[in-house]
Amino acid sequence: MEHILSFFSSHQQMLFMLILMVFVGIEVIGHVPSVLHTPLMSGANAIHGVVIVGAILVLLNADPNKPLTLVFGFLAVILGTLNVVGGFVVTDRMLEMFKKKPKK
Amino acid sequence: MNYSTLILDIIYLVASVTFILGLKMLSKPESARSGNLIAAVGMTAAILGTIFLHQGAISSIVYILLFGGIAIGTIIGWLAAKKVKMTAMPQLVSIFNGMGGACAALISLMEFPEHAHSPKLAIMVMAGLIIGSVSFSGSVVAFLKLNGNLNSNPRLPFYNIINAIILVFTLGHGVYMAVAGVDSMNMAVMTMGFALLYGVLFVLPIGGADMPVVISLLNSFTGLAAAAGGFLYHNEVMLTGGILVGSAGTLLTVAMCEGMNRSLFSVVFGAFGAGSAAAAGPGAGATGGTVKDISVADTAVLMNYAKKVVIVPGYGLAVAQAQHVMHELEALLEERGVDVKYAIHPVAGRMPGHMNVLLAESNVDYSKLKEMEDINPEFDTTDVVFIVGANDVVNPAAKNNPQSPIYGMPILEVDRAKSIIVNKRSMSAGYAGIDNELFYNPKTSMLFGDAKKVVTDLVAELKSM
Repeated sequence: MEHILSFFSSHQQMLFMLILMVFVGIEVIGHVPSVLHTPLMSGANAIHGVVIVGAILVLLNADPNKPLTLVFGFLAVILGTLNVVGGFVVTDRMLEMFKKKPKK
Repeated sequence: MNYSTLILDIIYLVASVTFILGLKMLSKPESARSGNLIAAVGMTAAILGTIFLHQGAISSIVYILLFGGIAIGTIIGWLAAKKVKMTAMPQLVSIFNGMGGACAALISLMEFPEHAHSPKLAIMVMAGLIIGSVSFSGSVVAFLKLNGNLNSNPRLPFYNIINAIILVFTLGHGVYMAVAGVDSMNMAVMTMGFALLYGVLFVLPIGGADMPVVISLLNSFTGLAAAAGGFLYHNEVMLTGGILVGSAGTLLTVAMCEGMNRSLFSVVFGAFGAGSAAAAGPGAGATGGTVKDISVADTAVLMNYAKKVVIVPGYGLAVAQAQHVMHELEALLEERGVDVKYAIHPVAGRMPGHMNVLLAESNVDYSKLKEMEDINPEFDTTDVVFIVGANDVVNPAAKNNPQSPIYGMPILEVDRAKSIIVNKRSMSAGYAGIDNELFYNPKTSMLFGDAKKVVTDLVAELKSM
């Protein structure tokens, strides 16, 4: 119990944000037409690429004398970047197709 | 207060807002593209801010690895996203998702030694490690399945029980390590191994039409893994971005299930087509009745003198790359006064909305694409329905056979039209692996052949009339 309480007090802000974000996430994509399911999934996919920030932090804080940490950090940065860049670009490519074409 | 930390906090706040705005705009057709761009700008700001506003000395080797990694990831990601065929998009989304999961798992693994003795943070490390690993290996399996490298949906006996045991064991192991403060790296790698195994076992038996739902689910998993990282670093933007995707992704997954009238539970735990697939081999006569053939010339005549033609495109059309010539056929018929529309089932293609993207790519007018609810009442007044490479989405079994695995899924009610022409390569079953009694309907004629060739011949035939 003490653990839980101390966890709460030390992460109070984070927990507030967590709860609020759950509701924002649900609210924000309510009533999406099925046509947009794929691009929306792909866009959300790109957004969770924010995990790259963690990879960058790992690498920035890495001890330059520990090659293994450097290699893993390097790999994590590549993977995270792939997720972000690939995700946004492919979403854009999908949505590009949706723009209204002028009638011939 | 240090100014650069303050600026970084502001950047993170702005980035979080762009994520929310971006998602909001992505759910409306008019603003979707700008929404994606806005989120991308926010992401770029967060990444650059994290690097350049970092406190403390950074050795040059770290800088080289950092920018090298970003450069490599950008080039590969950009090229893959630009070069991939539109038909292969679902598996690409899946693999990008897997990359994110792997990234989260790696971060957790590296942070493990540092936080092993603080149960509060160790539990976050374990959460990131397990969820990220499941998301990674699951996405890879989904990729292989969608890419056609892995076609079977093997189901061991007592499958759900075995899976549940492995899941409980993985979670239990992770919690134990966090609470007991185990700091052995080998043990952490073992947890990761179990999580990876669970990811594979989780996705392996799920097949057919359910794959988009699985990808969407894994997508929200990766979001949660990212959020666990946010907790670990007290990093706001990772937390908001991750949780946002976690909750929006879960809702999206449920919405997709609703589109197919299936519950998430039955997608994950229920066998799909496992029992019936065996009975529905090529030309399975289980449904009985005979199949009627039609020639290209007869089809052309039928269409030429029709008032209203509805085209039902399926994944087969996309695989054959027939969407461009299909647009030509549509234009030709329209020129002759035939009213042509496309009936788009919510799950046509491999993912909801996939078919719209494919047809839009070949310049089909957006207003000609009709969603299921809008087109179903129109079939009564339709002379010819032309089904190209679609199968499960027009299977009447979904309406009248409670035994069918797709029972309850809303379908395009094509059997209300005057005549039905089905183009398929063979009599083989559709993606869900079940037989289709529509083909034995007296109103149905089968036009066998490759979609692109058949439609090209149709265009030529019509032109000569």
